[in-house]
Amino acid sequence: MRKIWDIHGGIHPPENKTQSLQDNIRAAGIPAQLIVPLSQHIGAPAAPIVNVGDRVLKGQMIGEAKGFVSAPVHAPSSGTVAAIEPRVIPHPSGMSAPCVVINCDGKDEWISHQGISDYRSLDKNTLVDTIRNAGIAGMGGAGFPSSVKLSGGKDKPIETLILNGTECEPYITADDILMQERAAEIIAGAEILRHIVEPNETLIGVEDNKPEALAAMRAAAEGTGIEVVSFPTKYPSGGEKQLIQILTGKEVPSGGLPADIGIVCQNIGSARAIYRAVCHGEPLISRVTTVTGEACSTPRNYDVLIGTPVQYLLDLSHFDASRCIRLIMGGPMMGYTLQDTAVPIVKTSNCVLAPTVEELPPPPPAQACIRCGMCAEACPVSLLPQQMYWFSRAQEHDKLEEHNLADCIECGACSYVCPSNIPLVQYYRASKAEIRQAQQDKIKAERSKERFEARQARIEREAAEKEAKRKARLEAAKAKQQSATKDGSKDDIIQAAIARSKAKKSGGADNPPQDPAQAAIARAQAARSGDAVSETAEEKTARLEKQLASTEKRLAAAQQKLQLAIDNNDDNVEAFRSGVEKTEGKLQALRKELDAHRASQAPAPAESVSDDPAAAAIARAQAKRAGGAETESPDAARERLTTQIASTEKRLDAAQQKHADAQAQGDVNAAAFATAVEKTQAKLDKLRAELAALPAAEPEPAAEASNADDPAAQAIARALAARNANAELSEADKARNAVSSLEKRIAKTQQKLDQAQADGDDNAAILSDTLAKLQGKLDEARQALDALSQEEG
Amino acid sequence: MAFLKVSSPHAHGPMSTGRVMRLVLMATIPGLVALTWFFGFGTLTNVLWASLSALAFEALALKLRKRPIAFYLNDCSALVTAFLLGIALPPGSPLWLILVGTGFAILLCKHMYGGMGYNPFNPAMAAYVLLLISFPVEMTNWLAPRGAVPASELLGPIDALLRSLGIGSAPIDGVSMATPLDILKQNDALLVDDLWAQTPQFGTVAGIGWEWVNLAFLLGGLYLLYRRVFTWHAPLSMLLAIAIMALLFNDGGSSASGGGALFNLFSGATMFGAFFIITDPVSSAVSNRGRVIYGALIGVLVYIIRAWGNYPDAVAFAVLLMNFAAPFIDHYTQPRTYGHKKPNAQEKA
Ligand code: SF4
Ligand code: SF4
Repeated sequence: MRKIWDIHGGIHPPENKTQSLQDNIRAAGIPAQLIVPLSQHIGAPAAPIVNVGDRVLKGQMIGEAKGFVSAPVHAPSSGTVAAIEPRVIPHPSGMSAPCVVINCDGKDEWISHQGISDYRSLDKNTLVDTIRNAGIAGMGGAGFPSSVKLSGGKDKPIETLILNGTECEPYITADDILMQERAAEIIAGAEILRHIVEPNETLIGVEDNKPEALAAMRAAAEGTGIEVVSFPTKYPSGGEKQLIQILTGKEVPSGGLPADIGIVCQNIGSARAIYRAVCHGEPLISRVTTVTGEACSTPRNYDVLIGTPVQYLLDLSHFDASRCIRLIMGGPMMGYTLQDTAVPIVKTSNCVLAPTVEELPPPPPAQACIRCGMCAEACPVSLLPQQMYWFSRAQEHDKLEEHNLADCIECGACSYVCPSNIPLVQYYRASKAEIRQAQQDKIKAERSKERFEARQARIEREAAEKEAKRKARLEAAKAKQQSATKDGSKDDIIQAAIARSKAKKSGGADNPPQDPAQAAIARAQAARSGDAVSETAEEKTARLEKQLASTEKRLAAAQQKLQLAIDNNDDNVEAFRSGVEKTEGKLQALRKELDAHRASQAPAPAESVSDDPAAAAIARAQAKRAGGAETESPDAARERLTTQIASTEKRLDAAQQKHADAQAQGDVNAAAFATAVEKTQAKLDKLRAELAALPAAEPEPAAEASNADDPAAQAIARALAARNANAELSEADKARNAVSSLEKRIAKTQQKLDQAQADGDDNAAILSDTLAKLQGKLDEARQALDALSQEEG
Repeated sequence: MAFLKVSSPHAHGPMSTGRVMRLVLMATIPGLVALTWFFGFGTLTNVLWASLSALAFEALALKLRKRPIAFYLNDCSALVTAFLLGIALPPGSPLWLILVGTGFAILLCKHMYGGMGYNPFNPAMAAYVLLLISFPVEMTNWLAPRGAVPASELLGPIDALLRSLGIGSAPIDGVSMATPLDILKQNDALLVDDLWAQTPQFGTVAGIGWEWVNLAFLLGGLYLLYRRVFTWHAPLSMLLAIAIMALLFNDGGSSASGGGALFNLFSGATMFGAFFIITDPVSSAVSNRGRVIYGALIGVLVYIIRAWGNYPDAVAFAVLLMNFAAPFIDHYTQPRTYGHKKPNAQEKA
């Protein structure tokens, strides 16, 4: 005899099992219509793959699994798809969910299917896939997809495979009779499971109140090495965790899985379904269901097609509705009441219980808890139900968690024994739901806090970067100034230019330079020395407008969020409201600034037009150059757009992920996430369009002279050329040549300097020295030229 | 077709609070019989008056608190309190004393705290202690048992009623006599064995009558255990603790001895306390482990107060003291939940 362990607590409610064991399993037949819910399991609902009007054959897949924890569904009989729509499904809440409704043609025509003759030769993953594709989900009650249990957790070897044939709930005999009549198939299924899991030992746990089932199973298991273990009857021995404790003495860690302690547990019904799926190619489309209770005059077990309406079974069992005030799906301990007899039998429906009023009278009113402790004694998990009851009433969630409410398996043993008739489990369910809700709210709040903080950090970082850049520029300018001073050259143009540029920066009006060309150069220089900070009026307008637009957008989003929060009674309403207010404030400030700016710009800032067209040209050129920093080159644009697109794509992914999560959890913010996804998508599209609009492959401006990059130098050259042209060309070729060659050199040097400055190169100082010298020479040359022209003039 | 929408479980066990209380009442019968046999009808009149007044007070309290009176009276908890107090009081206690006691127990100890289930102290014991402190003369006036006095000296039913109402004269007052616990406490000259031989109140293992009364309560208690009204944890550990204390400190029967194990187990309110008082679920510790500790500490306290305290019997004091401690015991004796390594309290620490 194998050693067995005892579980704490437990109760011995009247078994009431003999009523439904009078007869063999009977086929319930084919109802006119089958209602096949797409979600009969824990996990994501299956997605329908047939259309209304399609003819389907028995065993044809009509809904495919979506995701890892999911299971497909199959047509239980042949017929036509009449509808794919929400119908009331078996659920404690009485909710509706998408179902495939099939009008049966009564032919029960199979789709071609084939079993695997020698599954041992097959790869395990293939077998698990077969099980998965057969849509097998825990038939004992919870409906966890069987394949998931088999494919997960290869990191820990499985020592023990347990088949659960306990069926500890009163009234239910579906597993009992299945073991009596289909022992061989169950054992065959167990062998397949063994082959997949490779456990050290395989145990089948059966309570000792099923002597016939035990005998049949023992006979079938003879010589296989599978051990059929019987143990004393006690509710709730059939709970997975309880059975594990009884058979192995081990406890599944709180919050863990049996696999964590090297155990895989499957229901015997699932084992049989696995056998049918692997060896006969039949998906899970029927199950054994007990129909019992005194309101049914012929209680018995039926082999029922999944999707058969409960009413159909009740009719078969001669149900007397007038004697029954509650209809239970499942057993009297953990089953839930049905409101509607149109609900279908699903993969997990082990029993339809129709008791008479006398049999299960309505609960008397609850009395005060007398702290008798009977509940604590009955609890199989060693909780303190009476304490949890107080805390549940007081909504002390901390205390409840401290008292391990989460470990409550809702077996109902405590309520059953409570002399004061307190519906303890009801309280626990409510509290669990509240705690779950609170946790979700917390996660939500944390997420938005994280988002807020990330944004804050980004803003700060950007500000810091700007500041650093500004400083760097200032440093560079200073360095230049210093080096220029060191150089000791008098009338240093650059120095003058810097001084002027500074003066300009500090708002001082630029004195009209004596020499326009020189001024142009100085200005160009000044522009080059990186005065990007002081933006032009247009730039400012543009910037303000842009900011305004984006702030408006943000305001709209914030308002939307606020509305959503108000609708949902969200705790964060206040936060959202202050967000909206802040954004509004900012928007107003921006508008004011823009208005003010526009007003100040009203008289067009016509720069004192120089008499000298050359100077004007130079000025324009310079302006253009300065502007060039803003109007980016197509290359830069492409680069920018590409990175933007990449980051937007990332953001879109994240948003979609969040949206999916929210939907899966039924989060109230799913809608908000959806708009976020849409927005991000729109932005991405826009960016892509922009990118596409850019010239396909920007030809390198090779055609231009090497110094063409520097428009200022070019402009200077052109201006000088024009001036020279004006000033009687015939004179002073030499001087002009000198000037032009100097100019070329200056241009080159400037280019180099530009580059060096952009790169933060050490040579910048040297280059700027060179440049200063060249400028000096140019100056001299030009003076000579001027003198000549004057002579001529 | 309309079906109930109720949550599981749909089945309910046979136990109900009213039933538990009625079982407790039934289980006091052997003790009541024994008390009446040995001490006359005084205890029955106690119980009668206590019951009537307790029900009246309970109804009053429920009315004041606007609760359905019939529904709550049906749980019989007031009756249990009345029975326990009536049994604890000296037989044939005056009506006014009983009224004070039940009034205090029901109105203050029970309903002021929120009624059934909310009272931190056992109402009967709290009332008993109040009376003992307030009216020590009346409360220590125990009648002599059959065997120590002729049967004719015992209170008959009419005598008892008249006595409780304060009507009548000395002869039907019965014969007061110190209880064996008193005698042992006051003894400072004789060895226990000599005391035993010289004092008519002592019987086989404890006081005459008292040993039988205790035996009768033990019987009732075992019945309740059998009916699973409570678990063995608290009573057994209390009795064991008393026995162990007596064995440890019984100095071979000197004049200062607190008495042996059997004597202590079968004296005074030991069995009554072990099976009817400390098993009161409301005011005791809740978990089984907690109840072991709770019972053991009460046992220790009972012996300490008996042997070295000022009061000859100690169950009421010990129980009240441990009522205070029950929440702490609960805190440190949380069971280890399935799948957890440690009991909850330690897990958080
Ligand atoms: S069984 Fe009921 S009355 Fe007894 S302690 Fe538990 S909740 Fe309270
Ligand atoms: S329902 Fe929860 S608290 Fe009650 S006995 Fe079952 S596991 Fe324990």
